[in-house]
Amino acid sequence: MKKLLLGDEAIAQGAIDAGLSGVYAYPGTPSTEITEYIQHSQLSTLNSQLSPIFCQWATNEKTAMEAALGMSYMGKRALVCMKHVGMNVCADAFMNAAITGVNGGLVVLAADDPSMHSSQNEQDSRFYAKFAMIPCLEPSNQQEAYDMMHYAFDLSEALKTPILMRVTTRMAHSRAVVELIDTPREQNTASAPENVQHFILLPAFARKNYAELVEAQADFVQTSEESLYNTYTKGTNPKKAILTTGIAYNYLMELKDESQQLKVDEASVLKVTQYPLPKALIDQMVADGAEEILVMEEGQPVVEELIRGMVPSSVAVKGRLTGDLPRMGELSPDCVREALGLDKLPTREPDELVAPRPPALCQGCGHRDMYTALNEVAAEHADARIFGDIGCYTLGALAPFNAIHACVEMGASITMAKGAADAGQHPAIAVIGDSTFTHSGMTGLLDCVNCKSNVVVLISDNLTTGMTGGQDSAGTGRLEAICEGLGVEPEHLHVVIPLPKHMEEIKQILREEIAYNGTSVIIARRECIQTLKRHLKAKK
Amino acid sequence: MFNDKESMKRDIILAGVGGQGILSIATVIGDAALNEGLYLKQAEVHGMSQRGGDVQSNLRLSSDPIYSDLIPKGGADIIISLEPMEALRYLPYLKPEGWIVTSSKPFVNIPNYPELEDVLSHIQALEHHVLVDVETLAKEAGAPAQAANMVLLGAAIPMLGIDHDKIIAGVRRIFARKGEAIVNSNVAAIEAGYNRSAKGL
Repeated sequence: MKKLLLGDEAIAQGAIDAGLSGVYAYPGTPSTEITEYIQHSQLSTLNSQLSPIFCQWATNEKTAMEAALGMSYMGKRALVCMKHVGMNVCADAFMNAAITGVNGGLVVLAADDPSMHSSQNEQDSRFYAKFAMIPCLEPSNQQEAYDMMHYAFDLSEALKTPILMRVTTRMAHSRAVVELIDTPREQNTASAPENVQHFILLPAFARKNYAELVEAQADFVQTSEESLYNTYTKGTNPKKAILTTGIAYNYLMELKDESQQLKVDEASVLKVTQYPLPKALIDQMVADGAEEILVMEEGQPVVEELIRGMVPSSVAVKGRLTGDLPRMGELSPDCVREALGLDKLPTREPDELVAPRPPALCQGCGHRDMYTALNEVAAEHADARIFGDIGCYTLGALAPFNAIHACVEMGASITMAKGAADAGQHPAIAVIGDSTFTHSGMTGLLDCVNCKSNVVVLISDNLTTGMTGGQDSAGTGRLEAICEGLGVEPEHLHVVIPLPKHMEEIKQILREEIAYNGTSVIIARRECIQTLKRHLKAKK
Repeated sequence: MFNDKESMKRDIILAGVGGQGILSIATVIGDAALNEGLYLKQAEVHGMSQRGGDVQSNLRLSSDPIYSDLIPKGGADIIISLEPMEALRYLPYLKPEGWIVTSSKPFVNIPNYPELEDVLSHIQALEHHVLVDVETLAKEAGAPAQAANMVLLGAAIPMLGIDHDKIIAGVRRIFARKGEAIVNSNVAAIEAGYNRSAKGL
């Protein structure tokens, strides 16, 4: 059967067809659609004979990674999905899952966002695979994403190791026709690991496991060398060689037809979609006479750095570090064209009339009313500092609000406000969304409570994970109970409705809590207008 | 000029403002293209930019396999835009002989939106352009304002390289679930755009 699928959807369908038992994820662009697709697939197969797949959202990437490891422990196949920065959140579990190894197949899917379309950095998850010393897959297109998910689970179970699959925005969010297999594989039946010592990382056991992982490295390399997903084609002029990873291969192939003018089509091509790097294929490329290797990779110059140590120093390695390709940002057909030395296509100049149109908070959004109140009260102080967080409300940094003075990573609003208060800042105010609060804000609030830190925490609760499209939020309906449970004093815990008609009340509460020398929480609660519209439509 | 059916390739940039509905245009073209046995790639924008910012989608159709998800600068055959300034944003991507098919109605959600007259005159200065008042045409065709994007799609049919009838069949398939009335008003919207465009060429 053929289906038109986003890269993310191809990954999801691939996992389902490979006999997945559970997907664990926290929403994050560009990875969100993987879990959503599996959730939808479950709704449509409710009454079928197929075994259900666990697919409820996790509170954060760390809980997701750990639960997936638990499912793998029981012998079933698990998938963990996240955006690249989610890898930082789950890094403890991820790194140690490499030491425990797996029982059922375990695939970790990291969706990187080079060019930072929807992210605060463009870190490259391939470093994590190298760091953890586990194999990494980087499909070049939607069909490979589908096929390689099956392969990833096989590989994980054969090598007894987690597999990192790394994709980037461009493939994750692009549609193509994908050919599916006819019969999905059955799920594994539950069976606990035979050797539990593998999962008990006491130093004495961990050393043994780690030694096995070190020893397995040669196998991992050999598996890469024999993989059908790594291909080497000797060119008619093998002095020139091109190494592509992941989707970079597409930009090369796109230009092959017209590249005869500069004989690019004569170069040897090594297409890498599986790591560790296939050393034998690189050696072959050198043995065939490569004098110059152009490395085309999406993200950071990971391979470009690595192969410098793998080829003789007489071989010129070119890429992002040498300026042949841009040091930052995603690849494009245009920069690849330039790197290959092809003539530019005739283009028009940008029209000078065109003004930037940045994203903005929706009209009628509760975050808007929250910021209006906050800005007015903050202006009553000479130097109020407002620490923002990750979500739609980060847009409060832009005009017309220009409200926040920091935004770093999930949960940092509360703890940075605390640190600033510790340094003597007053008022120190944190603005955090409900989903971000349960993701990574609760522990920081506990720090504040324990230290009686002089901060005001404003939880802008829109009852959803808004920025990524309105997924369930882990603490909905229980935020007051969570705050009280963490020790916030009831008289300094307030709930307000961010609407213009409540403006005076909200401002008054803000003033009082800024004046209070201790930790206060104000929950500004009104449903996201996007999910509200959807809910009203569903009711009709 | 677009009748090279045996070997066909169209690189299309769909443009607009987040929430305007460029993806439903892509859905109809995609459905018709797949029914024709064409290859397709469609890169979309999800996430932060969807919140009222500029959005675009690279839609590539070809009788041969397609590699890149992205269209190079100077490579687009058509820019189909639901907003006139957004049409101009992608000018560096348009082929010298490429077409701009755009709604003439501005979406003003920024304080520094340029003079509309200037925007329209820049579009009119291009040799290959179709400017359509999509909302008025939708209304005249008896279709709701939401069908304005189908008017725009209709106006782009002469450049698409996919026959008019195949696009109509695509619309019928896509909207079939929503009932006969919705199907007919969307078809009427497409015809209105098509007639406006075909007449002007």
